[in-house]
Amino acid sequence: MIAREPAMDLSPYDSEDFPEIREGVRRLCAQFPGEYWRRLDAAREYPSEFVAALTEAGWLSVLIPEEYGGSGLGLSAAAAILETIQAEGCNGGACHAQMYIMGTILRHGSEDQKREYLPRIASGELRLQAFGVTEPTSGTDTTALRTTAVRDGDEYVVNGQKIWTSRAEHSDLMLLLARTTPREDAAKKTDGLSTFIVDMREVAGKSLTIRPIRTMMNHATTEVFFDNMRIPASALVGEEGKGFRYILSGMNAERSLIAAECVGDAKWFIRKAAAYAGERQVFGRAIGANQGVAFPIARAYANMRAAELMVHEAARLYEAGKPMGAEANMAKMLAADASVEAGNACIQTHGGFGFAEEYDIERKFRETRLYQVAPISTNLILSYLAEHVLGMPRSY
Amino acid sequence: MKILVPVKRVIDYNVKPRVKADGTGVDLANVKMSMNPFDEIAVEEAIRIKEAGKADEIVAVSIGPAKAQETLRTALAMGADRAILVQTDDEIEPLAVAKILKAIYEAEEPGLVILGKQAIDDDSNQTGQMLAALTGRPQGTFANTVEIDGDSVTVKREIDGGLETVKLTLPAIVTTDLRLNEPRYASLPNIMKAKSKPLDTKSPADYGVDTAPRLTTTNVSEPPVRQAGIKVADVDELVAKIKALGIA
Repeated sequence: MIAREPAMDLSPYDSEDFPEIREGVRRLCAQFPGEYWRRLDAAREYPSEFVAALTEAGWLSVLIPEEYGGSGLGLSAAAAILETIQAEGCNGGACHAQMYIMGTILRHGSEDQKREYLPRIASGELRLQAFGVTEPTSGTDTTALRTTAVRDGDEYVVNGQKIWTSRAEHSDLMLLLARTTPREDAAKKTDGLSTFIVDMREVAGKSLTIRPIRTMMNHATTEVFFDNMRIPASALVGEEGKGFRYILSGMNAERSLIAAECVGDAKWFIRKAAAYAGERQVFGRAIGANQGVAFPIARAYANMRAAELMVHEAARLYEAGKPMGAEANMAKMLAADASVEAGNACIQTHGGFGFAEEYDIERKFRETRLYQVAPISTNLILSYLAEHVLGMPRSY
Repeated sequence: MKILVPVKRVIDYNVKPRVKADGTGVDLANVKMSMNPFDEIAVEEAIRIKEAGKADEIVAVSIGPAKAQETLRTALAMGADRAILVQTDDEIEPLAVAKILKAIYEAEEPGLVILGKQAIDDDSNQTGQMLAALTGRPQGTFANTVEIDGDSVTVKREIDGGLETVKLTLPAIVTTDLRLNEPRYASLPNIMKAKSKPLDTKSPADYGVDTAPRLTTTNVSEPPVRQAGIKVADVDELVAKIKALGIA
């Protein structure tokens, strides 16, 4: 038995929403304490043992239907898993995409593709956790991407480049978005893009080059280059030219799940900050007795709870098959803001110790800071709400 | 062979218990509860015995409130085959627990009963021994190692001076110590499967057991607060202090 942080329910969801799933994940996470993550962070190493443990215990195949070897649960169960991983001080960023990228195959792939890939993704034999969309010259302006896939007999020939392709070195398959019809020849700019399942094991080191990018946290991100990369025509998912729509449907799930991770991060920071504020004695009393210390933690807590509600609302709508683009985006924005606010309060409460690596706070702060920018930046969420929800003029 | 594993729902081992202001007990409102860690070791051992092909069914049993179902589901998710909840909101003392377990023992006829040496809430360390006495079966307490061999079980017991080895004729009662094994955590597929495993709900009256308490708790208090220590400048001062205090 490994000692954990004092158990404190920060929200009714902690004990009422999938309690057995949360407890199972907590127990697994207890095997991966702060020292484990600090060692990896210093060496910028991938948490292979942690990912293997999650895979083996079935946590990453939660969304894959039972007939394909998963557990067939909904988005809210997946959110509970990822939130708990973060709230226990671990980092699901290394493998969260293994949960949801397969959704594109599940929703839009052929029965053959589903049978070929999903059971092996569920077992962990195949890793599909790289998503090749963003390019150096086209970020959120996805339809401007320049990577092309040109049909040549039974194959497509891919040329171009992607950037911020996370986990490409730790994935067997990549879901790739490439232009199959030139933008000028397509009826709409959202047409003419296609989605492919690339088996990177066949082409890596030859026509596919993966180059790691060191970043401010341990996130295994890369840039990838395609040089006349030949992939079989059977790698195409769904219909040619409709790829943009296919990936959009997956993005709402992704945003909701990353929002859940931010809620988990916020809970970790708040628990840590509140405990320290109650213990740390300065001038003969606990620093938490000072409102200047307590209030920022309390405010971060309130904002975390509000974000948590929006995550649950997004998941509820998703599972009911209702439109939830606005909720997924708002959940991501509110939760990412709440986690950074909680992280800030946690650092401030700890003073100098907040910067000391052995407290794990600075590491968690660097990790959660990412979600202000990825997978969609806050400004683009605001633009979406302004334009699509409130009907204001398009700003870009 | 069938294995019976009694499990208890207790305050989580990570939680710092708070004594109620009136000194009548520990405050359990909104406190995280889990399976007694020693019972978890018992469940794990039962699963390992089954995995080794020496048992074919594991029955988990818990006596307590409706919420103890969660504890049983945990046992089922780890690998128990079915569960029995003897539901009661009363406080059940070890003797009453042992009497109920005896009735279940007689109904189920297990080859082995394995349970924690004590529960971490009241630290009674009585149930296993009482059950052995009531059933008239041999007991191996504080197990460090459990080896099933045909119709007997060899138990290495943790005793003050080291390990004592006893060989018991089955059916037997074994209580587990901390170092027997490292319990597994439940996987998601097993958590899902556990939801559909059978869980019977009974009451103490079904077993004809009178659970009226025989003990009265007069007072529960916090442990005394530890006194602050002092800092010494060097080893010499430390030695001098130790000598002055007469410790060495």
